This record gives sequence, structure tokens and C-alpha cells, in this order.
Amino acid sequence: MPEVAQQIRVHVRLFASYREAAGAARLDVPLPAGSRVADLQAALAQRIPALNAARGLIAVNQEYVKPDVELHEQDEVAFIPPVSGG
Amino acid sequence: MSFRGGAEESRFGTEIPRELGMTDRSMFKIVDGPIDEVALEGSVRTDADGAVIVFRGVARKFSRGREVVHLEYEAYPEMAEKVMAEIGNEIKERWPVSGVAIVHRTGVLEVGQASVVIAISAPHRGEAFAASQYAIDRLKQVVPIWKKEVWDDGSQWIGWESESGARAQASGVSEL
Repeated sequence: MPEVAQQIRVHVRLFASYREAAGAARLDVPLPAGSRVADLQAALAQRIPALNAARGLIAVNQEYVKPDVELHEQDEVAFIPPVSGG
Repeated sequence: MSFRGGAEESRFGTEIPRELGMTDRSMFKIVDGPIDEVALEGSVRTDADGAVIVFRGVARKFSRGREVVHLEYEAYPEMAEKVMAEIGNEIKERWPVSGVAIVHRTGVLEVGQASVVIAISAPHRGEAFAASQYAIDRLKQVVPIWKKEVWDDGSQWIGWESESGARAQASGVSEL
């Protein structure tokens, strides 16, 4: 029976106001296996309080997701502040 | 969902259109420098088209009562190109257009420089006008790109200032 991984690592991408608040565009974050996007958001909100404003969106592997989505090893999670392209 | 990342040559060239009378020309790119508008417009037109509509979004000097020194644009390029291609698919589902090209740049923009160029080709102008309006409206809702306004006395990332703007983004995404 294969061992169940206790921990996963996800690649976090930060942009614009989130990037400036964090002082970093990329973070590698270890999480307990089974963690959801909301758990990652809570963990990062200490460093980036604006993440809790609930106006931004979250993308996992370049698709917008809801916060209850489960994360997996090597997922790319992007925290996306309100957009203003164009 | 298919993702097109660059200019494509239809296997029919410019001669034989597909059953709907359209060949398939598209370009969805984030670039970090001036936009090559000649290449962009060249990527969409086919011999079946009577109209090519080009929208240029350009940096303006006055915003919210302040004078802009310059703009800065940042993108999540891999995802932005993917979402722009999805907008292209939405357009093709709604209107009989031939080609859709959307190119947005990042970096520092002086007043008057283009941040985004959209080109739509179609046999007739009605659908080309409608599709190009949709393309820029939709891009502003859902594509992961951010604008920073820089003034003499400060700067701000645009997007947070209106609750309705954030709601539009959220509802726009749920329709993707």
C-alpha cells in the first residue's frame, strides 16, 4: 500500500498589489495534503492582508476556481487582484 | 477547450473557406514592448472578409481628476493568453467572424501609446463591430492584467476602487 504524502508543495504566483505587499512574485508553500485553496489563502493572509478582501479571484493551474477546491502537489496557485487590463 | 498561442495559417490558405465560409485566423499574445500592429492585422484578414475592425486602447493623460505621468501594466501571461483565446472562442460562437487577434502589452506606457490592440475580420462590418466591442469589454472583465497609474505625487493599482468593478469581474468569470 503506497504511503500517503503528509505534505504537498504548491507554487504561488502573486501580481500587482499582492506582489508588492508580499515583496515577492513567486512563493513555494508547503501545505498539509488535502488542503484547499481557502487554507492557502488563510496562511498567506498574514503576509498579505489584502487577500482577505474577497474581491480578488484565485486560479489553480490557470483556471479560475472557488476557494473550496482541493490542492495537489505542484499546483500553480495565482492570487489575482481585481483586474484592470485594456 | 483549444488554446491558440500565435498566428495560424489555415490549411486552406486564403482560397477555400470552411463550410461556414470562414477560415480560421487568430492571435492571442502578451508582449513586453510595443505591439506589432502590422503583424496583428495581417494575422486576421482573409479574402472572404469585407471588414477589418481594429481597436487600439491607448494611455490617456487624465484619470479621476489627476494627471498621469505614465502607466505600468503587469500580466499573468500564461493565463492571460489562455483567457484571451477563450474570449476568441466566445466571439466565434456568437458571430460569423473570420479572425480574432488580441495583443496586450506589459511594461511602462507613455501617454498615447497603445496598451492593447484588437483586430476582428468578418465578411460584413456589423459582426466585426459587435465582436470588437465585446472583445474589449470582456477583456477588461476577466483577463489577468493590471494597470498602475503613476502621478507626480503617487501611484495606484487600478481595480480596487469600485465595488461594481469587482462584482463585474466576479460575475464575468462565472460565465466563462
